[in-house]
Amino acid sequence: MSAEFSFLKELGTDRSSLIKGLQLVQQQEGYVSDEAIEAVAAHFGMAPAEVEGVLTFYAQFKRIKPGRFQISVCDGTACHIKGSPQIQQWLEAELGIKDGETDSEGRFSIQVVACLGCCSLAPVMSVNGKVYGNLDRKKLVRVLNEYRKM
Amino acid sequence: MAQIKRIKVGMASCGLAAGAQAVFDELKKIAGDIPVVGVGCIGHCYCEPIVEVETDSEPVFYSRVQGTADTAQKILALSEDGRFEIPALRKKNEMVFVTKLAGRIVPCDIEEYKANDGFSALAKCTVMKPAEVIEELKKSGLRGRGGAGFPTGMKWSFLAAKQNPEKVMICNADEGDPGAFMDRSMMESVPYQVLEGMLIGAYATGATKIFIYCRAEYPMAIEHLTIAIAEIKKAGYDMLPGREKPLDIVIKEGAGAFVCGEETAMIASLEGKRGQPRFRPPFPTDSGWNGLPTSINNVETFANIAPVLNYGAENYAKIGTPKSTGTKIFALAGDLKNPGLAEVPMGVTLAEIVYEIGGAKPGTVKAVQTGGPSGGCIPADKFDVKVDYDSLKELGAIMGSGGLIVIGNDRCMVETARYFLSFTHKESCGKCTFCRVGTKRMYETLQRITEGNGTEEDIAFLEDIGPKIRMGALCGLGQTAPNPALSTLRYFRNEYEAHVKEKVCPSLACSALVDLKLNPENCIKCGLCRRTCPVGAIDENFVIDNAKCIKCNSCKELCPKKTIQRVPRGEGFNSNNK
Repeated sequence: MSAEFSFLKELGTDRSSLIKGLQLVQQQEGYVSDEAIEAVAAHFGMAPAEVEGVLTFYAQFKRIKPGRFQISVCDGTACHIKGSPQIQQWLEAELGIKDGETDSEGRFSIQVVACLGCCSLAPVMSVNGKVYGNLDRKKLVRVLNEYRKM
Repeated sequence: MAQIKRIKVGMASCGLAAGAQAVFDELKKIAGDIPVVGVGCIGHCYCEPIVEVETDSEPVFYSRVQGTADTAQKILALSEDGRFEIPALRKKNEMVFVTKLAGRIVPCDIEEYKANDGFSALAKCTVMKPAEVIEELKKSGLRGRGGAGFPTGMKWSFLAAKQNPEKVMICNADEGDPGAFMDRSMMESVPYQVLEGMLIGAYATGATKIFIYCRAEYPMAIEHLTIAIAEIKKAGYDMLPGREKPLDIVIKEGAGAFVCGEETAMIASLEGKRGQPRFRPPFPTDSGWNGLPTSINNVETFANIAPVLNYGAENYAKIGTPKSTGTKIFALAGDLKNPGLAEVPMGVTLAEIVYEIGGAKPGTVKAVQTGGPSGGCIPADKFDVKVDYDSLKELGAIMGSGGLIVIGNDRCMVETARYFLSFTHKESCGKCTFCRVGTKRMYETLQRITEGNGTEEDIAFLEDIGPKIRMGALCGLGQTAPNPALSTLRYFRNEYEAHVKEKVCPSLACSALVDLKLNPENCIKCGLCRRTCPVGAIDENFVIDNAKCIKCNSCKELCPKKTIQRVPRGEGFNSNNK
């Protein structure tokens, strides 16, 4: 195993830790690359296809490298009712990328998620985990401009 | 002036999103010797950030606190400005029982929990026989708060009856229903209370291993539980009487799959596999995690255990209705004035929750959606229904885990159903054909209707396939997936018919069926709309060309004079339709 993924050793080789292993990889790298899948498969003594099978089942895992600023737009029920489709449309127009994509500079990526659990502030989105609530068009553009400057 | 003893800032996820960190920092700067602490959520999310000042007499609350030095000064001076009182109508209807400590104590401080009766229920239980604890729970009538409403005492007795030396208890903290956040709040605000429930459960059932399966989207809940577990181990509460080894308590982060809320799917996921449900029998109590006897309960159920036992099973059984005892926490969101969490005794009416607690104005509400994507919509004229497990079922909805989304008059019910099916068809695990293909077909049909291409056959198709999916699916996801469409068809058929027959969306929500129109009378020709339009659909005379317009509403939102409106398709200039 390459030294890059040596942190997997701490998990032991019991397959019930597979998801935890993939989560660690993603935490470290930001996504799960082909190389990572090979390494995880070798560690748990599984075929890479089996690992990919588990990985693709769960929405959390990304196979594309995300941008520096990861935007999660909530499309939970409350946010949807309060106009999250509009927020998505505006975001896509502002950044020129769609759900699951990263822009060419590697700055922003967008992900539509089911629920961030801040329903009382709907509609909400989060940038690298920081939640912005009660969004309207003005607030959205203001938040984006803040990150554009960084 | 009253003496200030301590200042508490509500810093659960919702408080932080509303700006509580700045409030905390400002207070900390000038508070001097007075301790400033972060606490959880008291449920009044609509007026976050909230600050509570403990004094030597009554506590003083402030709401919508700004993170400025000026506001911090005012709070230290116990100013009359910005004080918060629980609205009288809410006070009348709510019953703070399980959430009594939420937002009132420092979440991860074990000493403060102990000072508030913490672990006293555990102490009481461990001098009783395990079977007596289960008997108490049975007497209390407590039913599982995850949605299905199975009696908790009975569930525990099944696990207790197994003779295995190793048994597993799982806490379902996957709260996958979009629109529900009471479990998040309980884990963030009172982690010890949730864990005490699990310790009692392990004692009563003989479980040796506890898993907490928590959504990865709840980082603060995971953090607080992790700290709390470490403290519990340090204090030795995990060493139950009569045991040789301490309890093994493990937090597992879910990886984002709604179906994992289903017990057999959750077990598969905990084994590191794809989270697909399987046939029952064998039931998890016979063969669950890695073949061991396993029982699964929801976070809110565990949070109930200690308060129920402290209050006394017989007293508890008097709260609520005979068949649904106790209280239920609801997460209110959507089109209402006071979104947040509210704990009410079972049996209050929906009207009391929506209008009196939620502050929605009668006449502005079309329906509520209960039970998330598995639930149904209940129309406003049925709001006199008593909220308990059985009454809601009769109306074609379910209690669910407690998400309650208020849908206003200007929302389209077909679009709402389409939204839920778009969620469930993506979350279907693919095992059962009727769920995998059927929910997809339902989604496509609803999509077609909202785009104005639906026919009357489409409505008939929805009514035909819905019950078939229900019968042909193995787990709760598939069995309930058609509910949103079927319940809206039951109560809002007129909206479906308007879409397919007249090609009109009565709520002007479905973009394919509307035009945008600018009313020149009030227009001040400021040009904001022309500058913001992403497709150049507004010309120099301020006329919106609907052939170009993508109905993104950017101009409508920005117009300072509110001159731009959505109108039925055909009424705008150069409409696609006529």
